[in-house]
Amino acid sequence: MTVIIWVVEGTWPACIDAGRDLAPADARIVLLHVTGGSAPAAAHGAYAGLLGRGRPDRDPGPLVAELGAASARDLLEAAASRLGRPCTTQERHGRVEREVVAAAEGAGLLIVARDGDDARLGPKSLGPASRFVVDHAPCPVLLVWPRETPSTGSMPPPPPRPHHR
Amino acid sequence: MGRVRQAGEEVGLSTGVAETVSVLMLLTALAAAVIRPWGWPEAVIAVPAAALVVVTGAISPVRALDMMKRLGPVIGFLAAVLILAQLCQEEGLFRALGDWLARLAKPGRARSSIRLLAGVFAVASVVTAVLSLDATVVLLTPVVFAAAARSGARPKPYVYGCTHLANSASLLLPVSNLTNLIAFAASGLSFTRFAALMAVPWLAAVGVEYLVFRQFFRTDLNAPPAPAPAAPAALGARVPVLVVVVLAATLAGFAATSLAGINPAWAAAAGALALAARALLRRGTTPREIWRAADVPFLLFVLALGVVVAAVTGNGLAGVLQRVMPSGSTWLALLATAALAAAAANMINNLPAVLVLLPLAAPAGAGAVLAVLIGVNIGPNLTYAGSLATLLWRRVLREHDAEPDIGEFTRLGLLTVPAALLVAVTALWAGLTVIGG
Repeated sequence: MTVIIWVVEGTWPACIDAGRDLAPADARIVLLHVTGGSAPAAAHGAYAGLLGRGRPDRDPGPLVAELGAASARDLLEAAASRLGRPCTTQERHGRVEREVVAAAEGAGLLIVARDGDDARLGPKSLGPASRFVVDHAPCPVLLVWPRETPSTGSMPPPPPRPHHR
Repeated sequence: MGRVRQAGEEVGLSTGVAETVSVLMLLTALAAAVIRPWGWPEAVIAVPAAALVVVTGAISPVRALDMMKRLGPVIGFLAAVLILAQLCQEEGLFRALGDWLARLAKPGRARSSIRLLAGVFAVASVVTAVLSLDATVVLLTPVVFAAAARSGARPKPYVYGCTHLANSASLLLPVSNLTNLIAFAASGLSFTRFAALMAVPWLAAVGVEYLVFRQFFRTDLNAPPAPAPAAPAALGARVPVLVVVVLAATLAGFAATSLAGINPAWAAAAGALALAARALLRRGTTPREIWRAADVPFLLFVLALGVVVAAVTGNGLAGVLQRVMPSGSTWLALLATAALAAAAANMINNLPAVLVLLPLAAPAGAGAVLAVLIGVNIGPNLTYAGSLATLLWRRVLREHDAEPDIGEFTRLGLLTVPAALLVAVTALWAGLTVIGG
């Protein structure tokens, strides 16, 4: 069985720990990172907005893309060393949530961190990208807390009983 | 900025023909700036376009010369600031700023993502104000990205922060944006008065951006601090003390020259000269690199665009716009002026927009001129859809095989721009009421 661990800045250690502890010993573990193009695109856009400064060598976009690729490599390396089990890494580019769903095709398990608003637990404690992945993943999904799991005390008081006349 | 409806009287060419020629030349110059045929600098098309409007009599040589005389000091000022920013980069100022940001958001520190956001907003606002928006876009953005990556944070909010603040934090000083330099020359305001009137609008606009960013990127900013992905690089970049001192002296020089009735461009030139002399003596740079930093083709483009726009406004456009241009300096008139300027900046670009709108706003006083600046500076964050910048953006992205997320950009713009315009104009209006225009 293939276990895919989705590695995202900030939340990845929890996913790696879950993968290390919960993936079956004979599982093939894949560490997946997706680089969305929005940061270099924004940098390109800002430079394009400066009318008349037509020196393509000063466009910060390519440098940002390069830095992004380097940081993705570092991230996957750090994740692999934290995992401490044999694994392969996979780096993809494009719309993050769609790439994750596509990468999970045929996998036995996808490990994802919750990364929404965890100050108020509820529907929004899943961010838009992880929400999309949970909805569309073609395999079972293991959703892990990036921090300490909340206690059962975090549940809101039950709604009032419907009032029957 | 003097009279605006006069070309027809002065020249033999009928106003209709003259206007057609001028508009065609303006469109040609702008189209060339977008398409950049054969990779030519923008000036290669813009300068002949300017020559053509003079030769055909669409603008009289006297008025063309007048425009160039007015823009001359502006582009001198601009060149000095461009050189200053480049030398700051070579002396390691931006590296030091990046290290400071990374220290601020050390991995594992509580709320490090939000501390980093506050730090990026502070740094980008000050860099934009002092060294102009070009410095933030070109020199600061990669440094901020690297700092975010080093501290294990998700980089998107910070990169978007740089691109937004390059526009909305460029309100404070005449040097912060080319649009300000052009308006400053026309407004009759002193450097210090300009800064005094724009300080609160600047803070207000940055504050609105910060609040919207906190909400818009809450998922990314909420991610817990993770350990550093790579072995943490040494954060020991030396703060270039001398550069900071020269920058502070240059800022003081802006105020001093302005009070003494001298063009503050001289203070910028002195600052650039001081850093250039030092770098040349230490062989940190070459005269050729300094010349390149001044970006002469860009300066020529600005000059040529100024002449072409003067021909367009002089032949009828001014009359049309005068009818929609609000007059007076009531809160509502200032707001309408800023909104009109923001719309114009989004339709074409803020550079031609400010050249067109300034002569119309100037008679209404300094308040109207500053309202135009609020519009053309904050406006470009609104949306790239349909604007010249979008076309440019798409072209650049195609070259780099990147995918634009125009939807997200536009949503962020719709949340920030109207609110920032509103608070900045209100702050300007209050400032005008309290300290007077």
